[in-house]
Amino acid sequence: MIYRLLAKSYTRTIVAALVALVFAIAVTSIVLSVSGFDPPSTFQAMFEFGKEPDSVVNTVNRASGYYLSALAVAVGFRMNLFNIGVDGQYRLAAMLAAAVGGAWALPAGLHQVVIVLVAVAVGGLWAAIPAMLKVARGVSEVISTIMLNFIATAIIGFLLHPGRLAVQLGPNNIGTKPISSSGRMPGIPYPGSELKLYSFLVIAILAGLGYWFMINRTRFGFDLRATGLSQSAAVASGVDARRMVVMAMVMSGAMAGLIGMPQLLGGSYTYSLDFPAGIGLTGIGIALLGRNGPVGIAFAALLWAFLDQSSQILDFNDIPKEIVAITQAAVLLSVVIVYEVVNRAGQRIDQRRVATQLGEVTA
Amino acid sequence: MIEQEIRTPAPDTDDRGQRRTRVLALGVGIFVALILLRLITGESDITSSGTMGATLALAVPIGMAALGGMWSERSGVVNIGLEGMMTFGTWGAAFGSYFSGNPWLGLLGGIIAGAIGGLLHAVATVTFGVDHIVSGVAINILAPGVTRYMSDLFFTHETGGGATQSPPLPSFPTWSVPGVGKPLGSLEKHHWILVSDLAGLVRGVLTNLSPITLLGILVVPASYYLLWHTAFGLRLRSCGENPVAAESLGVGVYRMKYAAVVISGGLAGLGGVFLTMVASSNYQEGQVNGRGYIGLAAMIFGNWRPGMVAGGAGLFGYTDALQLRGGGGAVHAMLLLIGIGLLALAIWRGYKRRPIAAVVSAVVAVGVLLWFFLTDALPREIVTYSPHITTLLVLAFASQRLRMPAADGMRYRKGEGH
Repeated sequence: MIYRLLAKSYTRTIVAALVALVFAIAVTSIVLSVSGFDPPSTFQAMFEFGKEPDSVVNTVNRASGYYLSALAVAVGFRMNLFNIGVDGQYRLAAMLAAAVGGAWALPAGLHQVVIVLVAVAVGGLWAAIPAMLKVARGVSEVISTIMLNFIATAIIGFLLHPGRLAVQLGPNNIGTKPISSSGRMPGIPYPGSELKLYSFLVIAILAGLGYWFMINRTRFGFDLRATGLSQSAAVASGVDARRMVVMAMVMSGAMAGLIGMPQLLGGSYTYSLDFPAGIGLTGIGIALLGRNGPVGIAFAALLWAFLDQSSQILDFNDIPKEIVAITQAAVLLSVVIVYEVVNRAGQRIDQRRVATQLGEVTA
Repeated sequence: MIEQEIRTPAPDTDDRGQRRTRVLALGVGIFVALILLRLITGESDITSSGTMGATLALAVPIGMAALGGMWSERSGVVNIGLEGMMTFGTWGAAFGSYFSGNPWLGLLGGIIAGAIGGLLHAVATVTFGVDHIVSGVAINILAPGVTRYMSDLFFTHETGGGATQSPPLPSFPTWSVPGVGKPLGSLEKHHWILVSDLAGLVRGVLTNLSPITLLGILVVPASYYLLWHTAFGLRLRSCGENPVAAESLGVGVYRMKYAAVVISGGLAGLGGVFLTMVASSNYQEGQVNGRGYIGLAAMIFGNWRPGMVAGGAGLFGYTDALQLRGGGGAVHAMLLLIGIGLLALAIWRGYKRRPIAAVVSAVVAVGVLLWFFLTDALPREIVTYSPHITTLLVLAFASQRLRMPAADGMRYRKGEGH
């Protein structure tokens, strides 16, 4: 029975995710107990707080950025390309898009489109640098994208300066000129809460559908997966590996450009010093957790955002809320390990089944 | 007997003497270029003892990460988790030294904390066969969360401590070579060509040394000796070149990889100790600030060999020191050097009949030179990140004639090599 279940790849994914979750809860409980806190009441407090309407809105809003981030990472992962630079790509893209959006007031509709297009273009172009370095100079994209994250921080620090692209927003905050009302996206009300859901959520879902279609239903997606599974086999069947690297990287960067948009168009309307940072790195974890699939990533993004949001209550109970960072990392590390184990077991079962079937044929 | 057979020189080691001369010539050449640059631009920080001392200091953590990466990758395990292991090291150093009051226990704590990070990476990659980069990234996500949680638990109730930093820590005694500081200091003040520059270099390197700096320097020859002149090192490297062949000769490949990755984590932890207890007086969150990654770049630049890896760490340490001490002016002066260097590269490529590469280099060179002549200093926000920019540039221009261990990053399962 269990053997037959493991033969299907999506059940393998689900089994891996569940085992990892149980393992992560166990690790978290142990850490909590050792530090002198009571695990069940901690989890209960988090759960109670997390299901309040305001928390749900915050969770979903946070998850929309995480989702786009993980999709961006997943595009590269599908062909074994590690775009660690999603973080720099989205921050630079959001900053420049916010600056363009704040500089001119265009008719509603067009205004938003221009902002999003600028973000996508900047993200794609910034990602083109490591792609070109890889194909032309053989530089590992892992190191170059990490360095470009730091360089993006430098450029943002330089440009986000009064007199350049920034204006004073408050006594301790500067940011780009706020986007006028024609460029904002109205929120979606949620029953029981004053807060509103970002309407960019719809675009995030569409991006997920687009990602699924591209990976599974287009020639490009097929080449992408083929290159990821075996580069030499893909090249032998006529795939231009260099072109694939550049295309995948630019596409990943363009997707990364969208990450800051829910926040920018639906909440802050400016790129200021306190604009959320680090979503690109979180996206790596979420893409791994969701096994690079659009549905898996959605669940992973919601879980991650839920943990972030519900941990806010812990500080009131004098428990360091960073405990969820341990939970998140434990989920992540255990899911990749468990998936390896389950996958290997599944493959062994596949081999045995094929062997018996072949045996029947020859006999 | 078997080992002697394997020890026939690999293609990349036969011209050892020649390579040493070349490395030495390169070092002297760079130093002379820096002196000329100081004369032309008048930025005395380019060769001052302060900058040289800071170079050594800043090169140590990068160098430890780089050597850690080399140990791991020589056994065939890519270690992108160095950044996280260094973060563990910074916290372990604070924990060990603060609660014991003894800096040496801080050293021990940092190394152990880093080694635990390495052990985690080894379990994931070696035992479970997880993709090396995936596991490394997971460790880098894990480290800041764990250290923040632990700081919150242990440091918030101490005076001067908090969730993001530790209280002030006991420090190591420093040590100078006797009779060097004063005479060289007066020589340096005269700004005589060559003499003052050399005095700056020697004085910077020989005074106010921390034991951790010395330890860091000693790790370089020790790594070389262990990896290239012992049976253990030969076995370890054979796992990085061809684990199946190593297995067939009776080498415990898993054990070797475990040893290498744990040593790698320990070295990264040592780098973290340096950051917390020598470069600073307490643990602060985000202290590592990408140095683990820069260390990996130094390792690649150094072609997975200890001498050159140390040289790469020195280069990145120098850019870090220059931006910290000289600021915008001194880094601005570097633009001239980079511009001229690129111009020379363009001419060389033209001579070698590679027109496209030559034109690209020439265009970049002209751009950099224009930048130099049209501005007086670089903006502070950019200068802070000059080590990262240097890393990217160095990789872009220097990463073609490198040879990584043949089975680096490959998944290896015991008994499955057919």
